[in-house]
Amino acid sequence: MESMGHPEIFPLVLTTKTQEIFNCRVNEDFTGEQPYKLLKKEDIIEDLHNRAAVSDFYPVKKIVQEYPGSELLLVYDKDFKYGLNFYLIGTEEGKESYLNASEAPEEPEEHKEHVIEDIYVYKPPVSKPWVSLGSEKEIEEQSVKESTKQITYMISRKRSAFGAPIKFSDHNASSIKDAYIECTAYPDKNFTVKQLEKDVGMQVVPKVNDISTQTKWTYPKNASTQYYPREFSEEEKETLGQSKSLTDFLNNMSVSVEIALQQNEIMNAFIDDWKCLAEEEGTFGDKTDTHLKEYQSFTDLHNLTEKTITCVSWHPTINGLIAVSVAVRLTFEDRVHSSGKLLLQPSLILFWSFSDPIHPQLMLESPDDIFCFEFCPSDPNIIAGGCINGQIVLWDITAHADRIENIKTGVSRSKKATLKPMFLLEPESNKEAMYIRHCAVSSIENGHKKVITDIHWLSDTFEINRMGSVFENRSEICCQLVTCSADCTICFWDIRPQKILTPQPTEKKKEESIEIPYDIPSTFLHLDLSWKPLTKIRLSKGETSLEHCPTKISLSEEHLLYKSQEKVLVQGKATKVGEINPYQNLEAGLANPLKPIEDFSTKFFTGTEEGEVIYTDWKMERDPDTGRLMAKKPVNLYTVHDGAVHTIQRSPFYKDIILTIGGWNVAIWKEDVVIGPLLQSCCAPKRYTSGHWSLTRPGVFYVGREDGYIDIWDLLEKTHEPAQSQNICVTMITYIKPWTLSARQQFIAIADYYGTLHILEIPWTLSHPSTNEIASVNYYFEREVKHLEYVEQRKKIREQEKQEMDLETEKKKAKTYHKSKEQLEAELKMDYDNYLELEKTILINLGLIKVSEKDIL
Amino acid sequence: MGVFLNIILFGTEVTTKTLLANYHLDLFQTEVEETLKRIQSHKGVIGTMVVNAEGIPIRTTLDNSTTVQYAGLLHQLTMKAKSTVRDIDPQNDLTFLRIRSKKHEIMVAPDKEYLLIVIQNPCE
Repeated sequence: MESMGHPEIFPLVLTTKTQEIFNCRVNEDFTGEQPYKLLKKEDIIEDLHNRAAVSDFYPVKKIVQEYPGSELLLVYDKDFKYGLNFYLIGTEEGKESYLNASEAPEEPEEHKEHVIEDIYVYKPPVSKPWVSLGSEKEIEEQSVKESTKQITYMISRKRSAFGAPIKFSDHNASSIKDAYIECTAYPDKNFTVKQLEKDVGMQVVPKVNDISTQTKWTYPKNASTQYYPREFSEEEKETLGQSKSLTDFLNNMSVSVEIALQQNEIMNAFIDDWKCLAEEEGTFGDKTDTHLKEYQSFTDLHNLTEKTITCVSWHPTINGLIAVSVAVRLTFEDRVHSSGKLLLQPSLILFWSFSDPIHPQLMLESPDDIFCFEFCPSDPNIIAGGCINGQIVLWDITAHADRIENIKTGVSRSKKATLKPMFLLEPESNKEAMYIRHCAVSSIENGHKKVITDIHWLSDTFEINRMGSVFENRSEICCQLVTCSADCTICFWDIRPQKILTPQPTEKKKEESIEIPYDIPSTFLHLDLSWKPLTKIRLSKGETSLEHCPTKISLSEEHLLYKSQEKVLVQGKATKVGEINPYQNLEAGLANPLKPIEDFSTKFFTGTEEGEVIYTDWKMERDPDTGRLMAKKPVNLYTVHDGAVHTIQRSPFYKDIILTIGGWNVAIWKEDVVIGPLLQSCCAPKRYTSGHWSLTRPGVFYVGREDGYIDIWDLLEKTHEPAQSQNICVTMITYIKPWTLSARQQFIAIADYYGTLHILEIPWTLSHPSTNEIASVNYYFEREVKHLEYVEQRKKIREQEKQEMDLETEKKKAKTYHKSKEQLEAELKMDYDNYLELEKTILINLGLIKVSEKDIL
Repeated sequence: MGVFLNIILFGTEVTTKTLLANYHLDLFQTEVEETLKRIQSHKGVIGTMVVNAEGIPIRTTLDNSTTVQYAGLLHQLTMKAKSTVRDIDPQNDLTFLRIRSKKHEIMVAPDKEYLLIVIQNPCE
């Protein structure tokens, strides 16, 4: 094995026969731990003699013979490490090293168990002499040695040229003869082999080109420019203004400009006359049909007592829902007599829906009969009502809002049968569940003492304080109310919690003991039973102690409420979308300091029981004598109607036109015209009991009579009498309220004395205004104003004329007097002369005076 | 001065003050102001302004931002209209420009150096 670097190892193949002879059978004599055997040299030589070339040891015969020792080591090469299954170690040293190596691993195995617990002791390595294992032979074979001796050349210059600068130059070797010797290659025919056959493989491959380019990436970037216009300074403007060129230019140009301006003033050249002439063609229904058509009627069939409807209001956001307040139909004495029985019956506000004419959708319960109520414009779930006993009642139906929201108008009934017909259920259990109790009532001592005749929510654009001054309303919700009652006061109320100035512990204790039922919302808990008005205005009649008894109020901001249907819808949606309902958090608005609104008209109209229309101011002033807050004296007072004024309403189209109805006639007023009403109708045959402007036609209003007829007035058609009269029911009409459901449908709700609510549909002609109707009606009002002014002027002129006439007559009298004075004197003188003569003649006749001859002659 | 004394004798204090003020104004009021006031007093006129050839307002009766906007836009439109007229016929020139819209009518009187703009509401 010299080639492998281990010269002492000689691989051998031992046949089975040889193995038997030497007792070195593979699995029996050679074990894993002892894969070697020491063979005696003599045995091997003997075998060699016996079997000569056949013997397995033949290849190693020489080595065996030369082996110094007596025993040779034969190792079983299980893994065929050296190529054959056995190998013989040919040197003593190799044998020793192998044996030592094989023994060494045995020892540590025995000591393994004992050594584990001992601490390892570091033994530095001890240098040993290098034992050759044959690796130096490999190194020697691989190393490079010079085979030949190197030739050395020494080149030197001539001694004389030492130190001189060296000049090297280039020469082409081929140009100098014999500069080099080469052995040129030449093609030798003996060695050229002609390839006659070629084995070539072909593959069709598409030509693919990999090309890359780099592009410039433009990315969008926001850029902005800020600029300001060039302007002249004041001095430059002045100098330019004085310059002659500007003067000339203006003089030249103003002519043409004025021509153009005047052209426009004369006539509008672009009007399409044909278009303006024709009325709108797109009408629905018959043009000649002017009758109100019956649509539906609602009566409360469950309550047995005779009731009348006192107030009607359509729901501001939900179409087809109308609320009605009912009161018992008794006179004051009967009420007092049967007060015990009345306490048991609940006083209700009923919500009717078009889809269900028998069952009211909701029933709001109040402590006593409600005579007027109104939905809050900024949140239709809050309702304020005025009671017959002078209390204000507040309801919050937010919890039940979902019940009434999904009601559809029309014939299709909703499939949600939340309300079953009354006769199927037990009356007791169902009645209790359906009544919705009120949230808060006003304080009995501090509020009104008699029936509240009118209640209004103040617009959410302003709010007032104790003095009556107007401030900005930051909370953007309607939070103040105004009420007027038969005890001759008008009160302003605020629904936000007031800061209590004087603590009243005893009253508080009493209130705490009252338990609040669990299903009442706590929106107005702070107000319940302790609600005081903000200000109270007493309408006194001047120096006398008598007072006016207001029946209705009309504030200047009210007309906006008619048109704000869309606004309310928007606001309603806003509160739904995730914001907190502002009514739940009423205290938030109190902390902000408020900005007063200037130029706000604090005047309003009131109608009284005696038929007077008062135009007064709600701002309080301090009485100089007593120092108390006093209401201002009314600005104007008109006695126009013969009965209690039950309707005062601003027109939805004109902010300053007011309709008042009372007694037997109707009057229309303009706010700043103090002379009198623009229109005062003559007395009707029957008393007028209710009225309302039309919502879409500016010149139309509806008046209800006490015989169940409704008079429809159209100011553009006739102004001396109603344009139409239609019978609705048999009894007195107590309330009229029109409502626009959609662009095509308009309904009017008419409530009568017997408790039935009639819904009628207004025909197209009455609901749809003609073109320019607003302008025409406005023109009519202006003409009336001019007429009034003319009448006033005429009055003055007439007075003047009268005065002049009187003066003249007096002058005439005076002149005749003068004349007769002179005449009288002359006459007197003549008389005196006559008398003297008479006296003379008598005396002569008597003979007392002697007639002298002179006299006779 | 003599004239003033007479006025004081006959009128009340308030009226004399206003009379004096008017007299002073008359001294400084130029023809320019008079013409502009006359134009402004026509029926339906919303605003009047005088603009120079570059579109910078010189005199105006409207507020600053509106004036600047009108001046800039109308100046460009007038230039465009003028060049249109001259392109069609080089011997022609723009004398007057009236823009009628739904709400107003804008009248522009151009000149070499200035522009007179009047806005009128022609409807009653």
